[in-house]
Amino acid sequence: MSVVKASNVYKVFGKRQKEVVKRLEEGADRDELTKLGTAAVIDASFEVEAGEIFVVMGLSGSGKSTLIRTLNGLWAPTTGSVEVLGTDIAKIDAAALRKVRSEHVSMVFQHFALLPHRTVRDNASYALEIRGTEKAKRDEVADRWLKAVGLEGWGDKYPEQLSGGMQQRVGLARALAAETDILLMDEAFSALDPLIRREMQEQLVELQGELKKTIIFITHDLNEAMFLGDRIAVMRNGRIVQVGTPEEILTDPANDYVAQFVHDVDRARVLTASNVMEKARQVVTNQNGPRLALRNMRESSASAIYVTDRHRKFLGVVSDRDCIDHLRNGGKTLDEIIQPMSTSASPEDLLIELFLPSSETPLPVPVTNDEGHLVGVVPRATLLAALGNQNGDGEQTPDDDSLEWTAPVDTGLIDQILAETDDASEAGAASGRGDL
Amino acid sequence: MENIRIPVGAWVDTLFDWLKENVSWFFDFVTFLFNFLIDTLTNVLVDLHPFVIIVLLALIGWLLRSWQMAIGTLITLFFIMTMDQWVPAMQTLALVIIAAVIAIVIAVPVGILAARNDRASSAIRPVLDFMQTMPSFVYLIPAVTFFGIGVVPGLVSTVIFALPPGVRFTELGIRGVDSETVEAGQSFGATPGQILRGVQLPLATPTIMAGINQVIMLALAMAVIAGFVGADGLGKNVVEAVATQNLPLGVEAGLGVVIIAVYLDRVTAALGTAKDFPTSLVAMMRKRKAKTKAVAAQA
Repeated sequence: MSVVKASNVYKVFGKRQKEVVKRLEEGADRDELTKLGTAAVIDASFEVEAGEIFVVMGLSGSGKSTLIRTLNGLWAPTTGSVEVLGTDIAKIDAAALRKVRSEHVSMVFQHFALLPHRTVRDNASYALEIRGTEKAKRDEVADRWLKAVGLEGWGDKYPEQLSGGMQQRVGLARALAAETDILLMDEAFSALDPLIRREMQEQLVELQGELKKTIIFITHDLNEAMFLGDRIAVMRNGRIVQVGTPEEILTDPANDYVAQFVHDVDRARVLTASNVMEKARQVVTNQNGPRLALRNMRESSASAIYVTDRHRKFLGVVSDRDCIDHLRNGGKTLDEIIQPMSTSASPEDLLIELFLPSSETPLPVPVTNDEGHLVGVVPRATLLAALGNQNGDGEQTPDDDSLEWTAPVDTGLIDQILAETDDASEAGAASGRGDL
Repeated sequence: MENIRIPVGAWVDTLFDWLKENVSWFFDFVTFLFNFLIDTLTNVLVDLHPFVIIVLLALIGWLLRSWQMAIGTLITLFFIMTMDQWVPAMQTLALVIIAAVIAIVIAVPVGILAARNDRASSAIRPVLDFMQTMPSFVYLIPAVTFFGIGVVPGLVSTVIFALPPGVRFTELGIRGVDSETVEAGQSFGATPGQILRGVQLPLATPTIMAGINQVIMLALAMAVIAGFVGADGLGKNVVEAVATQNLPLGVEAGLGVVIIAVYLDRVTAALGTAKDFPTSLVAMMRKRKAKTKAVAAQA
């Protein structure tokens, strides 16, 4: 069910608003109409589902801040309708609108918009005070949410005694303490410096994991949009030009504007292992034995190979040299020479998290799911290609996924050793002859 | 062209005559009320021993500003006493206080109205311009017509003259409150009244206080001019000194005005910028209270 539904919303400022809407509907450009009025939002339609983070992304002047203000009635749309939980908020009177805001929609502001003459606790409990909650109860609720955002013990301070990041935590606590289903965040982290911003983004994602609110988040920062958004609406000059998941926006931009926009995005922080991983080809099961493992390595000219059990549960890796020694020593199964791998990724891991594992192993980074099954691998070349590839669907990477960091043993030698051990094993001899 | 003469002055005179004829009950009531207010306060200020007043005013200075302010107050007010200007100084103070209170009681609500309503704002602005730029002596003429000679016409013209900055600063202060903060109030469902009381007025307080400071300073300036129409106080001494070329009296009464002006300015300026005065008694008491609270919270 959609929690917020905007249908053909226009918001025009100026003296002849309806005329501007009419001209726009007839196909006029908004720049031709500046004498009649300024069209801030043009024909915006979208639905936000319960529990998702819906990001509206656009540069300044794209109308995103105006758009978010139509969602709680701070601005009434010139035409079109905004439904919040099924109520068209343009059609209700002021008292009913206040009730909707008080009970269902709270908001976090770019410049925090705290009340400097009230303590942090009194700021956090503002919504409850408006609602008429008694003092003891609202203090308790405020303290609980201050704790949730990491400000336990700061309740008696005043906003000016806090850093910017902490002030915005108060802003967040104030919105959360209202305990509304819908949270509007207007450039909530844009005024913070980058480190704090990242911290707040992570905290928001973490809180959202527990709270499952419906969040509408405005930003001009595409990386932030990609990091937070379940879906993103890209706005330009008052119009929504594309709505989609971060991957869709990135891999399938609707037009040149969006393509140009995502050109600079930090893909490593958007794409996940599952977006780029490939089928693991260099895999044997632990029952296959060292001979099959060696053959497999020779075919793919790799120096090591992954081992799983029969159910594709990931066990580790064996190297060609270990295999050779093992065969010479008469080993029959791989179990003894499997080296467990500490570096593995989960499908949800962002590419940025794969760089370190990738640098620590000569092999592609194995991707395992929650059950520990090997679901794919991310070769180093794929990882690099995904970053450089502007249509990054992860499929145009070189098909050579065997990364040869330690040069594989010469295939002739493998043939030789296979032949030798074959004879040896048939003869029942124990160890290899001759130095290699 | 030279034959064209619009008799604005005559018209206004006719209007005022008509007012005097028909709404004299109103002027009588105002005269009675203002006389009562001024007389009561003047009596209190004059009847109390000067030292009591001096110490009291010094304490107020300390309370709102600093101990240096208190000492300065003690010295300068004692100086007024020794110049034998004490009684007129108290009469002027009473006039200023009553005029300022009346002006503020009118100005702040009008300023709020102007801040919330663009039409009211554009209607009020030219009236304020008129009140501020019309030479202040001109007010005295109709004031005397309506209220006779004495302190009341002085008070009325003082109020008219001192009112505009109160309105302007209140409007400016409220309009200057960060729009996002007002939106925050709205977005949590606050009513316009709740936003006014909980957001706009508290955040506009420093500006409104600056306006009140201006009101008081203008009131003092006008209270001196009110001496021309017979309002008792330092102004009357100044007028008398001018009329009789009495330099010693003029200087002494003038210094009295200066001292009272500086005192009122410093005290009311501190009202709006309390944070700049960490050594004021109020700030120190607040600090101590916060400290005991913190200790209690730790325990």
